[in-house]
Amino acid sequence: MDPEARKVVELGYGGSERLTMNMGPQHPSAHGVFRAILSLEGETVVGVDAVIGYLHRCHEKLGEALTYTQYPSIASKTDYVAAMCSELAYVRAAELVGKVEVPKRAQYLRVIVSELQRVASHCLWLGTWCLDMGGALGGGATVFLYCIREREWVLDLFEALVGARLLYGFHQVGGVRYDIPAGWAQKCRETIALIERRLIEYEDMLERNAFFQARTQGVGTISRELAQTVGLSGPLIRGSGVSYDIRRLEPYSSYEDFDFKVPVETAGDCYARYRVRMVEFRESIKIVRQALDGLPEGPVSSRPGVKSVGQVRVAKGEGYARVEGPRGEVGCYLISDGSAKPYRMKWRGASFSNLSVLPHILIGTKVADVVAIMGSVDPVFGEVDR
Amino acid sequence: MPTLPPLVLESVRAFVVGFIVLNVIIGMVTYVTLLERKFAARMQSRIGPYRVGPHGLLQPIADALKLMMKEDVIPRQADRSVYNLAPIVFLVPCMLIFATLPFAPGLGVADLNIGILFFLAVSAMEIVGLFMGGWGSNNKYALISAMRAVNQIISYDLPFIFVALIPVVLAGSLRLSDIAAAQAGMPYVFWFPLGTLGFLAYIVTTLAAENRVPFDILEAESELIAGFRVEYSGMKFALIQLGEYAHVIGTSFLGALLFLGAWSGPWSDTSPWWGALWFMLKAMFVFLLVTWIRWSFVRIRVDQILAISWKVLLPASLVLLMATGLVVALRSTGNG
Repeated sequence: MDPEARKVVELGYGGSERLTMNMGPQHPSAHGVFRAILSLEGETVVGVDAVIGYLHRCHEKLGEALTYTQYPSIASKTDYVAAMCSELAYVRAAELVGKVEVPKRAQYLRVIVSELQRVASHCLWLGTWCLDMGGALGGGATVFLYCIREREWVLDLFEALVGARLLYGFHQVGGVRYDIPAGWAQKCRETIALIERRLIEYEDMLERNAFFQARTQGVGTISRELAQTVGLSGPLIRGSGVSYDIRRLEPYSSYEDFDFKVPVETAGDCYARYRVRMVEFRESIKIVRQALDGLPEGPVSSRPGVKSVGQVRVAKGEGYARVEGPRGEVGCYLISDGSAKPYRMKWRGASFSNLSVLPHILIGTKVADVVAIMGSVDPVFGEVDR
Repeated sequence: MPTLPPLVLESVRAFVVGFIVLNVIIGMVTYVTLLERKFAARMQSRIGPYRVGPHGLLQPIADALKLMMKEDVIPRQADRSVYNLAPIVFLVPCMLIFATLPFAPGLGVADLNIGILFFLAVSAMEIVGLFMGGWGSNNKYALISAMRAVNQIISYDLPFIFVALIPVVLAGSLRLSDIAAAQAGMPYVFWFPLGTLGFLAYIVTTLAAENRVPFDILEAESELIAGFRVEYSGMKFALIQLGEYAHVIGTSFLGALLFLGAWSGPWSDTSPWWGALWFMLKAMFVFLLVTWIRWSFVRIRVDQILAISWKVLLPASLVLLMATGLVVALRSTGNG
């Protein structure tokens, strides 16, 4: 008996007629172009066929065609909700292979923008997830608009720093492109203090709400074993009881200098993942504060200013660099032949691996839970399809 | 001059009043949408409609014009007659519920002696239109929505009726104007604890009966796009919207009548227009209460909705009704 059929028998739905429903690629809560072909018996999901690839843009081939100077601003288009982190993964891979030193100030600035990006990304996640559960004409929309308002402030900070709001091109091999402008640190402190206060409001609105609890607690439970088998990372695996955070396990960019907690929840359901992310909000804010306090003086890049696109050459070799993005492990494998372009480049997207857990946990849930679980996984399809 | 038979006179009067009420309701519905949008906007720290007319006051008219000019699409695979008929079948009961509502003493279309039963019976009939729309669209989302609709309406009409019967027991009459008049001294919502709990239960059940968040599993746009009306466009969509909002306003009026004392208020004995104004304000209060809940909760799942109805609301409303009956019986024997 195949596993799916056995599940049906266990659920006691054998015998009734099945309905095949197409969820996506155009669907209000697909979080991008994701197509889930659901087999339904009544309202219960008995089979999931996940189809991806609608947003494939040949990123890895582009990586071979573009130089080390050009690609970082394209790298931000893999995970466009957390562009700072995906850029950092590529740049770190190039630095690892080419053994390029990064000045301390640049490392701290990278930490600051990565953590601010995590705050912005989690804001968007919380908003869209509540939108999935609460509807565009309900309480979900209210939370969504609150979260988007907070995310705007972080984007304003990025705009003051880089000039762009979504795709930055801030990191470059050897450091960062810009130093912080005058007054930026103060503005940053005010913004994160404000967001920290607003977090309490969100928690009041959601956690004391019986309906929110009913929709999230015990829904979409990922066991510790499943999480490790499928290869989850980020808030998902931490919500399933595994303390796995690259910032802690394999500190990069001076993360060892900062004092922060790695939140772990053992329940493994949507609510546990929500709690993990809410704590991460605060930990990120804590890290930004520490980095601003201890920001060393000095240059922001070990390389001279870029004059031509082929200026940066990386020594022959290969290497894998990974960073902890808001969605988990973002990795970049790079093979260099000593020229200004990589010989081969491979992305490891956090969303791609995280998404692969869906068929395991969607079976047996209701249609309404499908969107709640998908939202709690927080996939970004730019990163899934690349 | 020959006098007309009283039946004809009565019919003419009912027709004229009915015509006026119908048009006032349609006008109200369009502007209540604006009220809700402004209210929701303030909740979400937005401004809301602002561009069309001063403070967006002409926005509902612009919306209505837009919907009228939209192309009317009928899916090729749809069951044409059912699909086309559904908005009308849905709209008619939603409008009929206003027939027995007395807006002020003596100001109403028909003050039946079974007014509340008429209201409850007719408002339950909207499910037929919903199901026709969901079935006739020949769309899987719409079909699931229609199945949910039947589940939900059946589950929630029982507690809704039981809760609505609490004021009936208290007032000792099924006539809506009698129930309103019985609350001249004190609205039943202050009749602690039975009336207060009854009002709360009424708000919960109306949320479900009106398909509003947290019970809007029929529309559920994050799962079912727009539920039973996913295929509707243009004027048919407008009719469904109109019916839905008319139903919301109707139940708000009923709530204000059953629990908030209808037209009682300062100066209401001097002129029926004061009474009508108070009634309108109270109904808007109920409407905004429902809107407030709508814009601050997440939607719950279909099995949870049914569990709440059958395991909590139905027993609770039955107990409330029985307790009310007991109190009334004890009081009457005490007096007699």
